[in-house]
Amino acid sequence: MTVERAISEPKDQFPVGMRVLAVDDDPTCLLLLETLLRRCQYNVTTTSQAITALKLLRENKNKFDLVISDVHMPDMDGFKLLEHVGLEMDLPVIMLSANGDTKLVMKGITHGACDYLLKPVRIEELQNIWQHVVRRKKFDRKDGDNSGSQDKPHIDNGGAAGMGSVDQNGKLNKKRKDQNEDEDEEHDENGHDNEDPSTQKKPRVVWSVELHRKFVAAVNQLGIDKAVPKKILELMNVEKLTRENVASHLQKYRLYLKRISCVANQQANMAAALGSADSTYLRMGPLNGLGNFHTLAGSDQLHNAALRSFPPSGVLGRLNTPAGLGVRGLPSPGMIQLGHVQNSGNTSNDQSKLQSFVIPGNHNANTLQGMPMSLELDQLQNNKGVSHIGELPTAANTTVFPVSGSLMDARISGCSNNPLLGVTSNSLMLEGSSQQTTLHPSNLRDSVSTMGFQNGNTLSDFTSIATASNQLQCSKADLQCQASPTSCNAGQIIRSAPPEWNAPYHSNVMCCSINSSIPVNGAMVPLGQCLDQNNPNFHRNMDLDSIAPSNFVDPKSLKRSEGFNSAMEPAVIQKEGYFQPRPQGGYNVGSLEDLASAMMKEGPDTRKLADGDFGCNGYSHRTCI
Amino acid sequence: MERNPMRRQLAIMRQSLFDQGYLDEQFIQLEELQDDANPNFVEEVVTLYYRDSARIILNLEQALERKPFDFNKLDGLMHQFKGSSSSIGAKKVKAECTLFREYCKSGNGEGCTRAFQQLKREYATLKRKLEAYFQLARQAGPAETACCRKE
Repeated sequence: MTVERAISEPKDQFPVGMRVLAVDDDPTCLLLLETLLRRCQYNVTTTSQAITALKLLRENKNKFDLVISDVHMPDMDGFKLLEHVGLEMDLPVIMLSANGDTKLVMKGITHGACDYLLKPVRIEELQNIWQHVVRRKKFDRKDGDNSGSQDKPHIDNGGAAGMGSVDQNGKLNKKRKDQNEDEDEEHDENGHDNEDPSTQKKPRVVWSVELHRKFVAAVNQLGIDKAVPKKILELMNVEKLTRENVASHLQKYRLYLKRISCVANQQANMAAALGSADSTYLRMGPLNGLGNFHTLAGSDQLHNAALRSFPPSGVLGRLNTPAGLGVRGLPSPGMIQLGHVQNSGNTSNDQSKLQSFVIPGNHNANTLQGMPMSLELDQLQNNKGVSHIGELPTAANTTVFPVSGSLMDARISGCSNNPLLGVTSNSLMLEGSSQQTTLHPSNLRDSVSTMGFQNGNTLSDFTSIATASNQLQCSKADLQCQASPTSCNAGQIIRSAPPEWNAPYHSNVMCCSINSSIPVNGAMVPLGQCLDQNNPNFHRNMDLDSIAPSNFVDPKSLKRSEGFNSAMEPAVIQKEGYFQPRPQGGYNVGSLEDLASAMMKEGPDTRKLADGDFGCNGYSHRTCI
Repeated sequence: MERNPMRRQLAIMRQSLFDQGYLDEQFIQLEELQDDANPNFVEEVVTLYYRDSARIILNLEQALERKPFDFNKLDGLMHQFKGSSSSIGAKKVKAECTLFREYCKSGNGEGCTRAFQQLKREYATLKRKLEAYFQLARQAGPAETACCRKE
């Protein structure tokens, strides 16, 4: 791309002088990298510790343009750092590793890396990394930067710092503007951006806890499916915040939710499995809007008290329910509840969760990029119990997400470090990528599934979740109505959006593989997650409930026993009747495992989930992902 | 003048390191980064490498003493070691790393031990050769040591 430097600012000789932060625990590699970068005429800062890197970045978000980080680091996983950076600072991050495994590269991408380089790095490769900065900026600009085009001249003068292609930006802005006609707040927002023409760069918005809370509140209020940046911005009523900022944050948030849902699911499953009456867990919000859910929740079938407690509000999936899918209702601000099972309309989950949810960059929704799972997890932990994924808009009403907060926490923390996170992000990614717009429902779903998944599996340990993924799968599978691919195994890491649901989604998503054993309409949306965004699945699920309420029970019980599903199952079951009773008993477990596996997406297996075929019964999916 | 024979000798030594497979193109990258502003870059990096990798080797040794082998850990350590070895262009050492990792993946403890021994030998050999090389380079004249490749 031609970096047109319309501005005549001498200091802005981008890419010369681009400020790079290099992180690598290996001193030899770090020295080499530093020297190479200097040779490219970049302004280099190095550190061998990820923690220090984060500190530096947090100190001044505008201090760096790009981050390059090694994957293998002792103090913090490179992917985690990637997530943090994406969430908090929205800077492009390039991953470096001596290991070029496809899986790892994929993980990098799903976590939001804008590039993945292999060691030993060559200078030619580094000479082009500035493109990531420009690209990001451009997109940022475009995003709602309506007046961008108007201000082009301004910007030009302003010294399109580093952006170089002001003209291009302007054009892009224009284009975007057209696209966003309806959203129109651009003018106002652009005002912000244009206020500082000299930098042309959008000042980075720091998504503080407070701000994020407001954001989540706004999203919840609007309903995850109705949450559009413009309205969110209006609700938040924060000065200096642009629609663009909100849009990118929303994107990240959705990814986050997705991830959380997986976790929550696992947790839920676990809770269920453990038979804990701890309703917090089970908050897997059964389909919120779905009346059935409530019923389900209330029904004894769900044995788990916890299950019942899943707020119907379904954090999960309320894609279609205006009731504010999950996100909205999050009752406890601090806690992100994955599944508000109980909330019939409130999703509540939360905001706190959302906070951590920072959607990395504006990239196209496609990249779940680094769903800040880890961040979330942290938050979750704090929130204890509220791991509500919050907005898991799983299939329109599937509040399946009930990732109970507590579960979530456990999970999340676990998750963050676990590959699950990676998995979730992957799954989320899928969703994200595939459909940005549909993110919400899918997100929820994902999140629900993730959540469920997580919950189901190992509440505390993702890794165990992975193993339990089978369980999850099962449970999920049960839930899943076979008919509809959509049934995203809620537990299973919704990621694998049921085929119907999100085309893109499913690729990864384990979704609904909850066994189709339950013939429920076929749309068993297990865990409500069924990626089915379109409620049809969910609805179907609902039918299932009526049809086979017993189904629910079984799976649930199964789960519970398994320990897997307490969280998951109830949610799932409630949701729709998907819960096909897994006679196998493994149901719960399976699904969890599936979820886990789905989430973890450790290997090719996980991908398999994509097809709603989780069917716990067969657990063939196990890999859910 | 006086330097010439030394520089010639240096060049020969350098070339043989490549020919015998001790070093690969990455080493050339290092050399290219050496300039007036950074006149001893190559030696600096190599020195740093030997210092840091000594630590990893020690960790590997310790890990190999604990039975049963924790292959994951061994693999992780070796991954690190391989990364830095490849950064300086240590070709043979890198090959041994790869072999070691394969043994780890297949859970072959015997193979790991053997590969590790071989790796240490290669590592030590390269160290000796590079030390001799840098010493000669220093004698041949600081300003021109980096230019060997042209010869």
